[in-house]
Amino acid sequence: MTAYQIWFYIIASMILGGALLAVTARKIFRAAIALLVSLIGIAALYYWMHYEFIAAVQTIVYVGGIVVLIIFSIFLTHNPGHTIEEPVNIREAFTFTGCFAGFAFVFSLLNRYSFEQTGDALNHTMQVADVGRALLSTGSGSYLLPFEAVSLLLLAAMVGCIVIAIKIRTK
Amino acid sequence: MLNASTLLLIPLLPLLSFLFISFIGKKYLPTLSGTISVLVLSASAILSLAVAYNYFFVVGMTNGFYQAIIPMKLEWLRFSPGVSIDMGIILDPISVMMLVVVTFISLMVHIYSLGYMKGEERFAVYYSFLDLFTFSMLGLVIATNLFQIYFFWELVGVSSYLLIGYYFTKPSAVAAAKKAFIVTRFADLGFLIGILVLSFHSGTLDIQTLIARLTTSDTTFYASATFTGFMGVSSLTWGLALVFIGGAGKSAMFPLHIWLPDAMEGPTPVSALIHAATMVVAGVYLVARLFPIYAISSPHLLELIGYIGIISSALAAIIACTQTDIKRVLAYSTISQIGYMLASLGVSNYGGLNGEGFSASMFHLFTHAFFKALLFLCAGSVIHYVHSNEVRDMGGLRKKMPITHLCFLLACLAIAGIPPLSGFFSKEEILAAAFAHNQTIFYIAWLTAGLTSFYMFRLYFLTFWNRDYVNHHESYEHHSEGSWNMKLPLLILMLGAVGAGFVPFHHLITSDGQPYESEFHLNITLMAVGLSLFAIIIATIFYRKKNNLPDKISSSISQLYDFAYHKFYFDEVYQFVTQTILFNTIGALSSWFDKNIVNGAVNTTAFITEAFSETIKPVQSGKVQGYALAFLFGILGLIAILFFFNF
Amino acid sequence: MIDQVPLTHILFLSTALFFIGAYGFLTRRNMITMLMSVELILNSVNINLVAFNRYLHPNIDGVIFTLFIIAIAAAEAAVAIAIIISLYRKINSIDPEQADELKY
Repeated sequence: MTAYQIWFYIIASMILGGALLAVTARKIFRAAIALLVSLIGIAALYYWMHYEFIAAVQTIVYVGGIVVLIIFSIFLTHNPGHTIEEPVNIREAFTFTGCFAGFAFVFSLLNRYSFEQTGDALNHTMQVADVGRALLSTGSGSYLLPFEAVSLLLLAAMVGCIVIAIKIRTK
Repeated sequence: MLNASTLLLIPLLPLLSFLFISFIGKKYLPTLSGTISVLVLSASAILSLAVAYNYFFVVGMTNGFYQAIIPMKLEWLRFSPGVSIDMGIILDPISVMMLVVVTFISLMVHIYSLGYMKGEERFAVYYSFLDLFTFSMLGLVIATNLFQIYFFWELVGVSSYLLIGYYFTKPSAVAAAKKAFIVTRFADLGFLIGILVLSFHSGTLDIQTLIARLTTSDTTFYASATFTGFMGVSSLTWGLALVFIGGAGKSAMFPLHIWLPDAMEGPTPVSALIHAATMVVAGVYLVARLFPIYAISSPHLLELIGYIGIISSALAAIIACTQTDIKRVLAYSTISQIGYMLASLGVSNYGGLNGEGFSASMFHLFTHAFFKALLFLCAGSVIHYVHSNEVRDMGGLRKKMPITHLCFLLACLAIAGIPPLSGFFSKEEILAAAFAHNQTIFYIAWLTAGLTSFYMFRLYFLTFWNRDYVNHHESYEHHSEGSWNMKLPLLILMLGAVGAGFVPFHHLITSDGQPYESEFHLNITLMAVGLSLFAIIIATIFYRKKNNLPDKISSSISQLYDFAYHKFYFDEVYQFVTQTILFNTIGALSSWFDKNIVNGAVNTTAFITEAFSETIKPVQSGKVQGYALAFLFGILGLIAILFFFNF
Repeated sequence: MIDQVPLTHILFLSTALFFIGAYGFLTRRNMITMLMSVELILNSVNINLVAFNRYLHPNIDGVIFTLFIIAIAAAEAAVAIAIIISLYRKINSIDPEQADELKY
């Protein structure tokens, strides 16, 4: 058991523990904090895989952005300490069965499948400059068009949010 | 002259007029429509007269025969190589004669209606219906194909329905129109089946081919039609009998005559045109058109037709003696005279002097058209003057309406068969033919002729003599006998009624197209004229001055009188059959079936559908997580299928 | 080194995370927690992409895709929260069981 392995299982248990708590906690604020833990664990996993840049992005966007947004909306729609209703029993049973079956299926599939490398991936190191170049250039392995499409999507989402959520004052 | 384009104009002009008035004239030229119609009909009538002249005196006669000319025949609908429905024009003596009669009487009625119908709200509509009728009738008489006859036959029925129901706000008129339509439609069912039977065995619908195939006994068609049969009667006879039922319905023969008296609810000129002179003789025309088949292949059926004709004639004459509605008397008189024509066909054979009955029947059709139209138009003038149909509101009108009086008198003399007026000639020929072939029919016909004279003069005296005229409607005092357009047709028709008998019919229209010389039977003439004069004298004694003699007579034979007065209870019998038997018994049964079985099946289907949808409705719960769960299981199921079957 | 942990273990992790997210999405009676479950699902996909990139593919395509998914997830979260707030104003609840106006 090397340090690498130990770190991985710690991170994995942090992610799964946070996620489980996030979907089961009765207090909504507690669930949000559990989600925060899970997302930080994912950022740590990226860091563990030597993708420091993507780990930073994960932390900034999810932890700093989305979770904060979620907490804001909780405050907008709930009293803090509000307890969520129990799930519908029969649906919960079905859902549990379905999810477990799905997990078991994928698990058995992964066990039987051997993944093949397409090159010396393990020794490949990523520079942040490579990401910038890939996003802002054209040609093979470049993503200028999706980048522009996503920027347009973000604009549209912004306008859409305003349109949906705006309160129209009625006289 | 006898080319297709000229001949087509004769029926098509009224059709164009009908379309014009219906679509344009009714709205924009409501009062001028009548004049337009009259002008169009005049053109049609002039063309018909020219065609008749050309046919009879220029081109029709070849090798001593009047040949049938077919200037046009268009195939309209083909069923099989042999059987097709054609639209065509046939010119032979009877169709040419009918062309003249229809267009001429129609023209007279058109002119007369200008005055009679003046100021009516639906004046233009009236004329459009008249034109539609004229077109249909012309299409019927020139038909080359049995189905073409049927086609126009129904069209004639429709226009008759429309005209009887012209005063559609009057419940009695609506009822009469429905009655006429239903009764004739019922008879037309027989006609249709008859057509199918005949065409099935002969393999054709074309009239000339049909006649050729079913009159020569060595053809396979003839054999197939005579060897198959039903209830001991051959298919050929059945077919002909069914066709005759159609004719009997249109011609108001016993026992399908009940619609004609009620049809008098229509405007009087319509009665003159349709229910006296043209449409009701369609049955006679139909039998005449297929006459060779009747006479050669089924003489017994023809004899039966003769009996039906003469019985209708006698019954109608007896009923006519008791009626007090001027138009109903004339309606029964019409039934009686048409019965005469059919009786005359019934005593005829095919060819030469033996075919005298055929010729006489057509002759009587021709003369009857004139004097009966004249009688109706005179009755119209009288009704126009006194505003009532009942003879008790009339009487003493001869000084008030001199021209109408003269015309009515001459028409009565004509129908009574007093020489030298037209009716004398045609009746004399019918009686001679009957005398030569069937004594029973002859004697009934002879007595009926006497009755005819009696009831016509009863009507004449009750209307124009009997007592001084008392005006029941003060407000109508000052108005006169009628405008020129009502008097002119009367005078023209009077000339026809007087002079039509001098047309040498046995030279022009015979059963086989070959002219023959008729014999003059002095004894029959003396018998007939003597009886007529006797009947007229009795009518004069009874009705010239008001007296109580008729009441005495009628009360002494009160049972027979009541029986005849109630038209031998035919209407009641029909009422019983339709109301009690058809509606209350069979109708109730089928109503039960409809309500419980048919409705039940429909309701059960609806119930099952509703129950099923109620069951599966909760699937659409509106709960988004339920949908997502179904989606998850769907994906899992799909994966399972793909995985376990190793796709 | 990193290869001491096999790729499949990371994939097990992401699979487990995915089904935990799915479970939350299907059972929670609150739209905000449903949205949180969706974020978990998206993250499990991201883990997959990054792990494949690390272990199998000597390039940065997986990372680029992850970036795009993060951006789109952000947009999606914003829109979802706008919808939730709008719904809250309308029926004064964010329980998906209450928002069933589209039933039969």
